Amino acid sequence: MTTAAEIVFDGVTKRYEGRDGAAIADLSLTIPAGTFCVLVGPSGGGKTTALKLVNKLIPFDEGDIRIDGRSIKELPAVELRRGIGYVIQQAGLFPHMTIGENIATVPRLLGWSKQRIGERTVELLDLVGLEQSDAKRYPTQLSGGQRQRVGLARALAADPPILLMDEPFGALDPITRARLQEEVRRLQREVVKTVIFVTHDIDEAITMGDRIAILREGGVLAQYDTPDAILAHPADEFVAQFIGEDRALRRLALRRLKDIELDPVPAERPTVEAAGSTTVRNAVSLLIESGADRLVVVGDKGVDLGVLTLAHAAGLLR
Amino acid sequence: MIAAGPVIPNFGQGSSCVTGDNLFCWDWVRQHWSDTLQPALVEHIELTAIAVVIGSTLAFGLALLAHRRRRTEQPISIVAALVYTIPSVALFQILVPITGYSNATLEIPLVAYTLVILFPNFVAGFNAAPPEVLEAARGMGLTRNQTFTRVELPLALPAMIGGLRIAVVSTIAIATIAATISEKGLGYPIFYAIGLPTPFKTEIYSAGALAVGLALLCDGALVAVRRFVTPWSRAAAR
Repeated sequence: MTTAAEIVFDGVTKRYEGRDGAAIADLSLTIPAGTFCVLVGPSGGGKTTALKLVNKLIPFDEGDIRIDGRSIKELPAVELRRGIGYVIQQAGLFPHMTIGENIATVPRLLGWSKQRIGERTVELLDLVGLEQSDAKRYPTQLSGGQRQRVGLARALAADPPILLMDEPFGALDPITRARLQEEVRRLQREVVKTVIFVTHDIDEAITMGDRIAILREGGVLAQYDTPDAILAHPADEFVAQFIGEDRALRRLALRRLKDIELDPVPAERPTVEAAGSTTVRNAVSLLIESGADRLVVVGDKGVDLGVLTLAHAAGLLR
Repeated sequence: MIAAGPVIPNFGQGSSCVTGDNLFCWDWVRQHWSDTLQPALVEHIELTAIAVVIGSTLAFGLALLAHRRRRTEQPISIVAALVYTIPSVALFQILVPITGYSNATLEIPLVAYTLVILFPNFVAGFNAAPPEVLEAARGMGLTRNQTFTRVELPLALPAMIGGLRIAVVSTIAIATIAATISEKGLGYPIFYAIGLPTPFKTEIYSAGALAVGLALLCDGALVAVRRFVTPWSRAAAR
């Protein structure tokens, strides 16, 4: 299995002809191998442009982009793209090909044997949660969520070290979207890829990203850090505004009860209970709702893990 | 014009149906199938097939050019539209001084008319691939030619076959006009029978019916071809 690759933006600038100002201005960004990096920002921030520079769908004017130390300028576009998975909003499946044929696109371009393609297709359908019988169906016969799963399987087909995802869940309903967000995160941990994921939705960015790059208008990098660090210390007014005033709660949403240090359970056991997988944010909400000041955290096997107080929750943010 | 093929209804020899010039005489059709109707039908199929094959080839090339260089589409469309404004009877006559009474004189107008129909349909077909599909193709590393043969061309098939249906049916109709300058095709027995002192109805109707039947048959065949080569469009209808 191919390992993930490091991606480095080194002072990259992109200007569009006939437009004032740059679309991407002197962007420098190092995305370590295996990182899930989310590009987020308002429209006009150049996040999609930045993504498309990596697989040469858009050329840049200055600076350099390196993948594992190698400048993409040295690679022919077609060859480069076959080594980078690409997922777009409407999935962009080939309507005249079956799901199986869609998934086999890049392996075919790379000249894999029929048997190897067949085996890989079986594996991928499984990985993205589709039925084996779906391989014979056409894209029009699938739901939006299923189509995007196929888009993901197609992008992963040749096991590329890098995955570029351009607002992949933008057109999906909230429930399907949440489910796919979770599955993509699980999948990324399983197959270990360097992912660049574009979204305009800060919630999605916080949920998905190991790291978040916030781009402001004119393609200027406003902040690049982990979700927790950005929420704790927004670099400036723009970032603070973009992530919203409830950033304390958002930070608590990043933590689960089973992962934090809890107080010991006292003799008089609190009546309010929460499961270990609950986020601290939801636990706080539960406390406010019930009027209690502490709750007991119950683990997977029904064992009490400890107690969370409101003061303790607030202390987590210090 | 020399009347060689079609038989003049001979009042001495014909059946009572023929001599009485009834609406339709089966016995005449049976009698003159092999010397009049069948050869005319075969010639008609030839005229049509040659025109459609040449027309499709030219339309494919021109549409490909228009697809690759968008600026060429409009000029080609305008020239094509101008050709279509010339009445077919006139166009056949115009060519006689230039190409004589040859097959070229028959085929040039037929090819021109197919071209006018096929060119815009082929262009529309080549442009039928949705932008996100092309974007995905590019992003996955398909070359321009691979994108054309694997994505744009198959997605063009419904529009292309749609154009072919119209082109074939209209060529079958226009090819009857070729008889104004030759003795070829199903138009000849029709024009011949009309030109008789008493127009002979059976000959007109039988040749006309063959032209209609041929058109319907070809159209049906193309519908079947379309269903066969675009299995995904059937899947969508389910």
